[in-house]
Amino acid sequence: MAGKPKLHYTKGRGKMESIRWLLAAAGVEFEEEFIETKEDLEKLRNDGSLLFQQVPMVEIDGMKMVQTRAILSYIAAKYNLYGKDLKERAWIDMYVEGTTDLMGMIMYLPFQPADTKEKNLALIIERVTTRYFPVYEKALKDHGHDYLVGNKLSWADIHLLEAILMAEECKPDILSAFPLLQAFKGRTSNIPTIKKFLQPGSQRKPPADEKFVAVVRKIF
Amino acid sequence: MSGKPRLTYCNGRGRMEPVRWLLAAAGVEFEEVFLETREQYEKLIKDGVLMFQQVPLVEIDGMKMVQTRAILSYIAGKYNLYGKDLKERALIDMYVEGITDLMQMILVFPFSPPEAKEKNLDSIKDRAINRYFPAFEKVLKHGQDFLVGNKFSWADVQLIEAILAVEEKIPAVLSGFPQLQAFKVRMSNMPTIKKFLQPGSPRKPPPDECYIETVLKIFKK
Repeated sequence: MAGKPKLHYTKGRGKMESIRWLLAAAGVEFEEEFIETKEDLEKLRNDGSLLFQQVPMVEIDGMKMVQTRAILSYIAAKYNLYGKDLKERAWIDMYVEGTTDLMGMIMYLPFQPADTKEKNLALIIERVTTRYFPVYEKALKDHGHDYLVGNKLSWADIHLLEAILMAEECKPDILSAFPLLQAFKGRTSNIPTIKKFLQPGSQRKPPADEKFVAVVRKIF
Repeated sequence: MSGKPRLTYCNGRGRMEPVRWLLAAAGVEFEEVFLETREQYEKLIKDGVLMFQQVPLVEIDGMKMVQTRAILSYIAGKYNLYGKDLKERALIDMYVEGITDLMQMILVFPFSPPEAKEKNLDSIKDRAINRYFPAFEKVLKHGQDFLVGNKFSWADVQLIEAILAVEEKIPAVLSGFPQLQAFKVRMSNMPTIKKFLQPGSPRKPPPDECYIETVLKIFKK
């Protein structure tokens, strides 16, 4: 048997967090090996474990997978979170690309110069409330279902919940104009696997703090 | 029937070029609508046609698809360029993502300030020669004609596109990579790709000053 997936990354959210979310939501237990020093990263590179010398890297089903989107797509398909056909997959992909862009903006915020932080935060909040959230609010409104695509839980829903929580960390009342997203958040947070992941002691990582930023800068 | 796919973008490579490559490689004819003014772009937004207010936009099979990766995945899936199972798809995805990272550097290059251009070109060269091309050279040591599953896939199309794009900037870039040189020749001679590489095809030229100006005019806030 293949054993549990093993995640290689630093001990923080970054690009690996969406993978932790998806595995957890799918009810899949996983192990983590944390990169703490530059030497740890060099060892992975010298072992030939990193196709493009980068992490995230996930050992799963005999593969050493790299590239976040490739890893997420594989997990989504394996655990039936990718829709029932090509068209549903297209919708899931479109929605996920949007939440990826959104979370990407937030992810880089702690790494930007201090004097640009306020301006960047304002831009993020604007984008979230005028470009991204309206799309998902409308999608839920148009079909009236609990989930974004095909009336069934998919990768798109898990990614959206992750994005919502991340956005709320930037601005706690950011959902105030989005009643359907509020309801979506409530429902999705209560799915047993997700509820468990949201509890203390899970493998969910905290938001990046100054200490994490320093570690990342040192390693990479 | 839905008719031909319709692509909406500026009249240049940008983020749409991989879509043109993939459709062409799959032998699929398509139409193009070119954005030339800010007003056109604003009208598209106002009409609610762009999910995240961005292009590329590809109208295909009754959907108004946005987000380049989503579009490419759909086309690859539809035209059997996505491997035979989940594991082959995983390999194709990994390869495509890596190539996309390299192409991203080339995509933004024309928009970098003049004083940064030399450094950025060096970065592209460094990444191509030390990170990406060695990875694919190694994959092709399996001795098969194609990257994955001994069958033509999206990954092959993406790689030939990237090789040609890098060569435009660094002509001798393949000199240390014999497998890639042979791959380049093989792919260039595949009938659909050969046709796409000929003058008069929908393939767009490298970005020039005029293109850069148009893009900035349309999209700059």
